[in-house]
Amino acid sequence: MELLQYALDNASLLLSRTIEHIALVGVAVGIATLTGVPIGIAITKNERVAQNVLYLASIIVTIPSIALFGIMIPVLSLIGHGIGYVPAVIAVLLYSQLPIIRNTYTAINNVNPALREAARGIGMSPNQRLRLVEIPLAVPIIMAGVRTAVVLNIGVMAIAAYIGAGGLGTFISRGISQSDSRQLIVGAIAVSLLAIIVDYALLYLQKRLTPKGMSRQAATP
Amino acid sequence: MPIRSIKGALKALVLFAIFFAGVWSQSSGVIDEFLWYLPDVQYLMVQHIWLTVMSGSLAILVAIPLGIVLSRPKMANVAESLMQVLNVGTTIPTLAVLALSMSFLGIGTVPAVFGLFVATLLPITRNTYAGLKGVNPALMEAAAGIGMSPMQRLLKVELPNALYVIFAGMRTALTINVGTVPLAFLIGAGGLGELIFTGIDLYDPVMMLSGAIPTALLAITIDALIAIIAFLVVPRGVNPSRA
Amino acid sequence: MIRLESLTKVFDTPKGAVVAADHIDMEVPEGEICILLGPSGCGKTTTLKMINRIVKPTSGKVFINGEDTTGLDTQTLRRNIGYVIQQIGLFPNMTIEENITIVPKLLGWDKAKYKARAREMMAMIALEPDAFLKRFPSELSGGQQQRIGVARALAADPPVMLMDEPFGAIDPINRAVIQDEFLKMQQELNKTIMFVSHDIDEAIKMGDRVAVFREGKLVQYSTPDDLLAAPKNAFVESFLGEDRALKRLNLVKVREIVTDEIGTVTPSDTLETALAKIDDYGYQNAILMINERKQPAGIISRSLARTTKGYCRDHFQAVPAVVDLDDDLRKAASLMFAHDQTWLPCVDKAGTVCGQITQRAMTSHLGARYRARQGDDRKPSAAIKE
Repeated sequence: MELLQYALDNASLLLSRTIEHIALVGVAVGIATLTGVPIGIAITKNERVAQNVLYLASIIVTIPSIALFGIMIPVLSLIGHGIGYVPAVIAVLLYSQLPIIRNTYTAINNVNPALREAARGIGMSPNQRLRLVEIPLAVPIIMAGVRTAVVLNIGVMAIAAYIGAGGLGTFISRGISQSDSRQLIVGAIAVSLLAIIVDYALLYLQKRLTPKGMSRQAATP
Repeated sequence: MPIRSIKGALKALVLFAIFFAGVWSQSSGVIDEFLWYLPDVQYLMVQHIWLTVMSGSLAILVAIPLGIVLSRPKMANVAESLMQVLNVGTTIPTLAVLALSMSFLGIGTVPAVFGLFVATLLPITRNTYAGLKGVNPALMEAAAGIGMSPMQRLLKVELPNALYVIFAGMRTALTINVGTVPLAFLIGAGGLGELIFTGIDLYDPVMMLSGAIPTALLAITIDALIAIIAFLVVPRGVNPSRA
Repeated sequence: MIRLESLTKVFDTPKGAVVAADHIDMEVPEGEICILLGPSGCGKTTTLKMINRIVKPTSGKVFINGEDTTGLDTQTLRRNIGYVIQQIGLFPNMTIEENITIVPKLLGWDKAKYKARAREMMAMIALEPDAFLKRFPSELSGGQQQRIGVARALAADPPVMLMDEPFGAIDPINRAVIQDEFLKMQQELNKTIMFVSHDIDEAIKMGDRVAVFREGKLVQYSTPDDLLAAPKNAFVESFLGEDRALKRLNLVKVREIVTDEIGTVTPSDTLETALAKIDDYGYQNAILMINERKQPAGIISRSLARTTKGYCRDHFQAVPAVVDLDDDLRKAASLMFAHDQTWLPCVDKAGTVCGQITQRAMTSHLGARYRARQGDDRKPSAAIKE
């Protein structure tokens, strides 16, 4: 009850922090999609390059976000953006690469060879093949990668409150430092709910974007 | 081969960069500053690893049996809905898990270990369940057909075939675990997070890096370590990395 | 018309160069189906796929309707060749209509034209346009999907079609149906078709010509009847199987070996007359009795005629079996075996008796080709199949 009261009292702050949180993650993952998908498609041309790119991306994801911030801050402070939203957005950008590149790569690579042969056999150019067959078939899996990236980075962005990036993590950091359990719990619940709701929303979007003829099969290539 | 020569050039470039960075850091005295933090790093690293080992082994001990139990045919009704809950659970950010754990259990090692335990538990359970459920039904039928008991089927057929997926779950979960331990500092459990967060607060780059670099290396090491264990432990016939 | 001139493919593998197709020379005349036959890895698929450059030829030339395709742009070439593969390869993200009209679209047809074409194609493959055009491939059965696959290949009306084991993934019953439908379509369409198969029975059924491959080489190229009657070497012989003479039964129609002369009796004849006729014609067991419309009505057995007195109409037995002039010898032989007969009456479309077919005539017809094994030029099997 006390929590609810607190949440209602701070409704406008809660809302603006939520929007801030979504905006930061959204912009960063949006940019990451614009880079990750072309990279994922490009590396299907060369198996060795693909393995190296995926390996690098997986190493990046392995680095804990707080450690990544700790490494980035000294570097970025050289250009005057050591703390704030810049390192947070860069971290989200980096973390998003693996799920997006990997899913794009796997999806395009796993397009049924028979379909690829049929597409070649009826005289589609490589671009037409990509546009008319491979990408439409890969979209659900690419979307799943974007979804993974978004959910993962909602958590990363929460931690980024500690480097002054704003967002819902601010409630948690203040709650801890001020020993205010109301702020702490409201922040924790808000960020959890955000992650869960966004996850479901993107799942819905993923299903909507799945080409109709494929919805009967599972969304696997 | 052009790729070879590009790679060679890159390697040389990296070596040069490391060399000059070394020269620069020696001359500017940065190395001495890092050395000053060395005892702290050693102490906190032990604490860090201990937190991971505690929470991680607890999580493995609970998650794998839980996954096995849930995958039994008798549990089918409960299992699906419980897996839904676990799936939702894994989307909850780790910071939120720790924060909630703290708000119920207070400050210190116990809430930290509990929070880490929960965050680690979910991916392992999920993968154990998925791995066991994903075993080819034809294998199960064959195993039943040659007269194996349910326990024999589990031990001789299901687990060996699911092992790779289970290890993949442990790898993800423990990497998350190591990466989350720094946050445990926030609820008073120590670990390398102390250097990172204090470094951020004091705006001390050397302190930040003294915490961040070992944390990153630790995460990469545990990831690689479990990959190696999986490589060695999972039977060759069902081990994609040894195919 | 498709002509291959010294078409060769060499694959570079880690174990060294492998010659998948070695100087293949052959020509498929316009409107004929040529089956490329052989065990797996014999080069038949490689040869087929070099025609539309799914596999890039190492050397050699492909001519289509007399034109050298070497200079043609790959995509243009492919858009003018129908292509059907075993895995069907319908695009799951597109409706049936979009799948069928994809090549016309790539060729830049206008919308009204390709929409009309889709309906036309559906009529040709006997699927209801309104029921199917808006559906997706995953909603269709395997047989229906491959019909659509054939429709897609034919949509832009290419003069030439390549088919890579097109019916291989379809269950035997549906396969026979779809093969028959396809042959019927081909009678109207008159495409020049290359068709890969590893199934001898399919080759004999579908092919105007059969090309047998082994280890990258074209071993024998002839009509199905020639192939079965005169296999060129031991490999072809063993590949065709020990029962290849029986397979030829499929290729010969009753019409070709029927003897017009058949002794018959009528219901009003006496058994005495019947016995006399049996002896006159040299029949061993029985004689056919026909009614006033000259249709088979029964048989009078020799033993009965010898021991009994009376009229045929009171002492006949049921006719065990008759064959139609357009039946193949396989059916005729099967009926003979089933009813323990050495001869069967033959009827025409109207059901009137017009002759008989005997076991001896069958065996001597088949045997004639083996005795005359060394190359007299026979009529092509296209004529046999009509």
